[in-house]
Amino acid sequence: MNFLANVARSKGDPKIVSSGPSVRTPADRMARALGWFSIGLGTVELLAARRLTRALGMRGREGLIRVFGVREIMAGVMSLSVDKQAGLKSRIAGDGLDILALLAALRFDNPRKGNVVLALLMVGAVTVLDVRSAQDLAVQHDPKRGRRRLYPDRSGFPKGIAMAKGAARRLPSRAAAS
Amino acid sequence: MRALVWHGKEDIRCDTVTDPEIEHERDAIIKVTSCAICGSDLHLFHNFIPAMMPGDIMGHETMGEVVEVGGGVNGALKKGERIVVPFTIICGECDQCRRGNFSVCEITNRNKALAEKIFGHTTAGLFGYTHITGGYPGGQAEYLRVPYADRTHIKIPAGMTDEQALFLSDILPTGWQAAVQCDIEPTDSVAVWGCGPVGQMSIRSALLLGARQVIAIDRIPERLSMAEAGGAITIDFDKESVVERLNALTDHKGPDKCIDATGMESHVNMAQPATLLDRAKQMFMLESDRPHVLREIIYVCRPGGVISIPGVYSGFSDKIPMGALMNKGLTVRTGQTHVNRWTDELVRRIEEGQIDPSFVITHRVALEQGPEMYRVFRDKQDSCVKVVLKP
Repeated sequence: MNFLANVARSKGDPKIVSSGPSVRTPADRMARALGWFSIGLGTVELLAARRLTRALGMRGREGLIRVFGVREIMAGVMSLSVDKQAGLKSRIAGDGLDILALLAALRFDNPRKGNVVLALLMVGAVTVLDVRSAQDLAVQHDPKRGRRRLYPDRSGFPKGIAMAKGAARRLPSRAAAS
Repeated sequence: MRALVWHGKEDIRCDTVTDPEIEHERDAIIKVTSCAICGSDLHLFHNFIPAMMPGDIMGHETMGEVVEVGGGVNGALKKGERIVVPFTIICGECDQCRRGNFSVCEITNRNKALAEKIFGHTTAGLFGYTHITGGYPGGQAEYLRVPYADRTHIKIPAGMTDEQALFLSDILPTGWQAAVQCDIEPTDSVAVWGCGPVGQMSIRSALLLGARQVIAIDRIPERLSMAEAGGAITIDFDKESVVERLNALTDHKGPDKCIDATGMESHVNMAQPATLLDRAKQMFMLESDRPHVLREIIYVCRPGGVISIPGVYSGFSDKIPMGALMNKGLTVRTGQTHVNRWTDELVRRIEEGQIDPSFVITHRVALEQGPEMYRVFRDKQDSCVKVVLKP
């Protein structure tokens, strides 16, 4: 990676010799991984809705699966953006909808109920990851972290505000470039 | 040497890199003694401004000691001199430089073709600020190569400390230019949106230039307290309506002059659906900027007033109320800062004790802590307003 980064540099520009640790935290990495997972799953739901409904004994619900696919892709894009927390929250809401849809398919007369149970377990596991990541990110980005203090003594005017007010009223002329 | 290097969105690392070398006879190398993280560096941290590449060194607020000069510097700089490096690289010879429009220097951007495709014309080369503006390595590093160093420098008078001088590189002249562009009259109410470092400098500049009242708008208590310390009346937009309060403070006429020191990442507020829409569009790359503050300014500014925009916008903004802008006869002034146009005067004002820009510094850390401080600054943790890095 560093080799590729260095290729674009001009002769006199510094080139990377060795990289320090990334400022990305495990929570950031997990959010990115879940974002890509979401996009992948959404694409499958969108393009292979019929196969999925067949595997889960949910024939006739292809439209619903495609809508879920679009939702997954949008949540994935959000999770990959700077607003990861919003993305993960939308994923958690989506997990809830997935679980409801799967529970509705968990009927005694469904010949594929084994697959439905498997899918429920997988969604449950991913939900745990989503919730955990959202919690970690909330702590990480909390503006209340660190000391809180006000700055009532930082006027920036060594001679006081009264002396500063209007002190530069005469506008300067442009600096000559010569 | 060590340097803060951009590796991708929200991924800045303190890397070991090769030392910079003199590449052109007008170059100089400085040993960096102080540098700072700018609010506009956060746009790069978030990868909202295109054309960053992995391996780019961050930073455009830098000062240090000259350690090497090229043969073409012609005595303009000598080894051992202390200089502040303006964030705009200037040739001093092109038509725009001769007019004092240094931030649109026609010569120094080494990726002119890219800038011309995006902006229609080239703008000046900038340190550590994407390949659209030349892809020059930035100054959050132990050493910095200064191109066109015979013109791209501000000499520091003896007796002036690093912390007093450092912000001549960007935020002090940026706040100053924002206020000067307002043509402030003694009867004017000046409203400043955003109490980050540039907003703080704009508030002080408007006061120095004689505004009747300066009104500062933000939501972060520590930033509002700093604005109040600088003589501003404050509005916390989480607690009160900006429009109603501004009307109350200006006899329902609106502020005469408005300064947008927020730029493309204005705060998203659940009570303002437009801000949610902007954020969603930005996330899905349907809009590059979140111009909520600009819309609000156009709405509240007094007819015939002036809008000054030092806040950085990168590309495309939706739903700008052009009807209000046109019918109210508002004047809009903006631009990257023509740093060297203002620095002689600002150096004098610092020397005379009219202003001491070091008031804004809240964190002083070693360069190695830089990556973490990007997070702290971005999330407004630990009451952070301005971070100075010591290589």
